[in-house]
Amino acid sequence: MGVLSDDLKARIRAVLPKYPRKQAATLPALHLVHDQLRTVSNEAVVEIAEILDLHPSEVFDAMTFYAFYKGEGERLGKTRLWVCRGLACMLRGAYELIEHCEAKLGVHCGQTTPDGAVTLEFAECIGACDGAPACLRDDVHVMDVTPEKADELIQELRRK
Amino acid sequence: MPYEPVLLARVGKPDSHRLEGYRADGGYAAFERALKEKQPADVVTQVKDSGLRGRGGAGFPTGLKWTFLPKDHPGPVYLCVNADESEPCTYNNRILMEKDPHQVLEGILLACYAIKARTAFYYVRYEYGDAYRNCQAAVDELYAAGLLGKNILNSGFDLDVVMHRGAGAYICGEETGLIESLEGKRAWPRIKPPFPAVEGAFRKPTIVNNVETLACVTQIMRRGNDWFKSLGVPPDPKNPRDAGSYGPKLYTLAGHVEKPVCVELPMGVTIRDLVETHGGGVWKGRKAKAVNPGGLSMGFVDCNAKLKDSDLTEYDIPLDFNGPGRVQCLGLGTAAVTVIDDQTSMVDVLHNVCQFFSHESCGQCTPCREGTGWMLKIVDRMRRGLGRKEDLDILVDVADRIGIMPGTTICGLADGAGWPVKTAVRKFRGEFEAAIRAGTRSRYAKGLEVVGAH
Ligand SMILES: Cc1cc2nc3c(=O)[nH]c(=O)nc-3n(C[C@H](O)[C@H](O)[C@H](O)COP(=O)(O)O)c2cc1C
Ligand code: SF4
Ligand code: FES
Repeated sequence: MGVLSDDLKARIRAVLPKYPRKQAATLPALHLVHDQLRTVSNEAVVEIAEILDLHPSEVFDAMTFYAFYKGEGERLGKTRLWVCRGLACMLRGAYELIEHCEAKLGVHCGQTTPDGAVTLEFAECIGACDGAPACLRDDVHVMDVTPEKADELIQELRRK
Repeated sequence: MPYEPVLLARVGKPDSHRLEGYRADGGYAAFERALKEKQPADVVTQVKDSGLRGRGGAGFPTGLKWTFLPKDHPGPVYLCVNADESEPCTYNNRILMEKDPHQVLEGILLACYAIKARTAFYYVRYEYGDAYRNCQAAVDELYAAGLLGKNILNSGFDLDVVMHRGAGAYICGEETGLIESLEGKRAWPRIKPPFPAVEGAFRKPTIVNNVETLACVTQIMRRGNDWFKSLGVPPDPKNPRDAGSYGPKLYTLAGHVEKPVCVELPMGVTIRDLVETHGGGVWKGRKAKAVNPGGLSMGFVDCNAKLKDSDLTEYDIPLDFNGPGRVQCLGLGTAAVTVIDDQTSMVDVLHNVCQFFSHESCGQCTPCREGTGWMLKIVDRMRRGLGRKEDLDILVDVADRIGIMPGTTICGLADGAGWPVKTAVRKFRGEFEAAIRAGTRSRYAKGLEVVGAH
């Protein structure tokens, strides 16, 4: 009995034919697991490696390069809220917005609220500079984020 | 006469991302014509003769790159679409992918036909969720319409487009970092040569092209080379190595402009014209002090610095492939223009820049890994009011020593980390010296712990 459900394993296997080598399915597999389980535990790494015919250290090596993934002992909240700290956003109030969100959520960037609702993070430029300061709600841009707009968003995420 | 957009012509139409509307506007006719009437080599030749240069940052002639593939290779040959767009302050690829994914896909189909690729990997940065979903939906539409898959329109040509998502690392935009990442490994750029055209993804010949470049391919095959060459700037006759700056270009405006927008103009518009005419001017009625003309890696323009023998300033340089280089910037880059107003501290700006490159260095080369960290440390000290007299010289010295140009690193991230530092320090030295002398503390000097996943 592993940590990956049969369904999850099947979804990873379904990706394999798209690539000439199984190893290329590493990021897609990590995304699938990470999205659903909100972490990629060591056990999950081993199970992914089995499907991709890799040594677990190869999956682990790739995964840890991308600080994006949370590993053993870490866990994402229900929603990931990234606040952009890139130059275009900084020039339009991003640093103040980060402080505002930290105060509102009672956590620092990189931490998850105790109720597990939100993981707050900073991001480098998220390519939404026409709506600076901008945030990313999981993988969707939120543009022109005023403190009031941030408050509404946070309230919504807490209720989710 | 105002310029009529071509690349952005369909943006703003209802359902601009759907196949039906794209076809109603004449979409895929150029691809079908190429399939029926042209040999792959004809497409390569046309793109080469158009003068199109890559829009991803380096400006390499697109058709010429395609000819670097080995002749009569048994295959497979791959196309990698570079949609990692992570150069800070750049967002033109996002607009194309979200609003008109089929224009890009038609370019992908044409490019694959030309280079005889049967698979294209479309590498999209993770942060572009909507763009990814719109492109995936567009790919699905193409399979359903028989424009992807086996034996497309009974031509014998097969093609698959595989959507692939990144995981939040800037270095995946560097073409060999992208390939390593696609292969499921850490995104460590490769030593070149071999260049990807000879040995790329999965050790096979591979062409890497930017999203906007491929959209230009669509328009070139639809409208012809005369149209493309009627726009932009011809080669400088005094420079035999200049390949010219032909065609339309997407410019993105950001920072302290009244209207941060993406506009399409013929290559060669000046920064002043872009900001004042198309961006509604500097915000809050202020003046521009500095501009980053093409993504952070390109360095800074000093808006008040007079050009030699002229009343113009650096603010008046044209944004073509040669313009920014004339004022010591690295190049046109992504043509992403970020305006910095006269009330902003260059120490804060430089800190932000150094923070980015230190965070995004992949760590493979010591000069880059240590150099970017060292520069950040110095500027961080400076913004806490503890700068030292010798710091500015150390910054320039480090910046001059890291990169593929001085020959100390594997990829251009390090050059891109050095350029904003040396241009800022050289062009705004007085401001930095005054800040050091006065021990000025930045209003941002607290908080902002370095944690998080980007
Ligand atoms: C550090 C670094 C980051 C890069 N990021 C991107 C990027 O996000 N998108 C892109 O198209 N090119 C990027 N490039 C340039 C690519 O290496 C490559 O030149 C380009 O994708 C080629 O496509 P083009 O010829 O169509 O411009 C980057 C280069 C470096 C050195
Ligand atoms: S120059 Fe920097 S980013 Fe590029 S390979 Fe070397 S360490 Fe990595
Ligand atoms: S700097 Fe924040 S989205 Fe670009």
